Amino acid sequence: MRPIRVLVAKPGLDGHDRGAKVIARALRDAGMEVIYTGLRQTPEQIVAAAVQEDVDVVGLSILSGAHNYLFPRVAELMKEQGAGDVLIIGGGVIPDEDIPGLKEAGVSEIFTPGTTTTEMIEFIKGNLKRDI
Amino acid sequence: MELIQQMLSGEKRACARLITSVENNPEEAEKILRKIYKFTGNASIIGITGPPGAGKSTLTDKIVKSLVGEGKKVGIIAVDPTSPYSGGSILGDRIRMQDLALNPKVFIRSMGTRGQLGGLSKYTKNALKILDAAGYDYIIIETVGVGQSEVDIVKAADTIVMVMVPGLGDDIQSIKAGIMEIGDIFAINKSDLFGADRTATEVNMMLDLAASVERRPPVVKVTASKNEGIDELVTEIKKHIDYLKDSGKLEERRRSNMELEITELIEYELKKIVISNITSENKLKSEVDKVINKEKNMYEVRDEFLKTIKE
Repeated sequence: MRPIRVLVAKPGLDGHDRGAKVIARALRDAGMEVIYTGLRQTPEQIVAAAVQEDVDVVGLSILSGAHNYLFPRVAELMKEQGAGDVLIIGGGVIPDEDIPGLKEAGVSEIFTPGTTTTEMIEFIKGNLKRDI
Repeated sequence: MELIQQMLSGEKRACARLITSVENNPEEAEKILRKIYKFTGNASIIGITGPPGAGKSTLTDKIVKSLVGEGKKVGIIAVDPTSPYSGGSILGDRIRMQDLALNPKVFIRSMGTRGQLGGLSKYTKNALKILDAAGYDYIIIETVGVGQSEVDIVKAADTIVMVMVPGLGDDIQSIKAGIMEIGDIFAINKSDLFGADRTATEVNMMLDLAASVERRPPVVKVTASKNEGIDELVTEIKKHIDYLKDSGKLEERRRSNMELEITELIEYELKKIVISNITSENKLKSEVDKVINKEKNMYEVRDEFLKTIKE
């Protein structure tokens, strides 16, 4: 079995990546290959990286409040690029009422503050859309 | 295979999928590489190596921008370490190459070492062949941060840029055996820092001590973060590529690498035969018992196993 490959990305204008780094580290310790692309990425950059790295999961972290635009945009571009079989998850400060819309747009799960890294790792392992 | 056709016509998604196959599945890799081998051998392969934090990724970013500016297509394989404990890794070289992600002429792939200790991953060379067949003019392999003896890049690249930074030790470090011997070009990065001139001098003195003077590697001072010295470095890289071609060294280097690769392939198959032979019916276990009880020694056991395999 190969390692699960995950792209951890921070879309948009948001300068805080401590959360993303904690997540990246937890996934590393769970045996995954984590590609971290850094701050202030456009959806186009994130999708290009996800395609070239052929990841199984894209994890988006956002604190700026622009999730209702940026998350669906990433999901849409992934489909356009023939990468609809990649699991997309999101995390950050996201109001409960926004979650159903994001899920409808193609983000499989939203993790809000208080989620443990173990819950997230279990979710990834149980919901991959590609064979490992 | 459809993916191969798509890859040959330049589709990045197909290229990425094929790299995943050759990185993970030896049987799939063989099927793919048998088909695409005839399309390989055209790219110039540049290895970027040096200690952790020397600026290899930042320098790679700048070199690639310069090559792409001339209209060339560039593939990048960036290797970072895999945890020996969890098997996971953080592949962070892309952070320094953010502007390149969307460039249609650039393809970047990150790989974990997955237990290999030579500075590359076990299947870096497979991924290299995919990018070569996909028509990238230059392929840059960025090794993990290396210490003193990780020299596998020699077996994969044509031109090796050894990235050094000021402040890592005195001149005795530069005459030690190992990585200091493999550089075709020495780039002293962070040249705006105190001590850069001294580092450059020490490397130059080390190079002047060498007995062979057929080609003395140049030393170039660069500051990748400020884009300084990049033109000169790229010029030296191209000069080295021309030198390899004109002197016949390129063919020589690739021949010896191919000899090694074929030997490794044979060793791999032989090992499979040996392992399936000795592990069947717990043969090894019962022989080990005899060795532990001093009824036989390990060389007798070895000879007996080899005899049955040869027959």
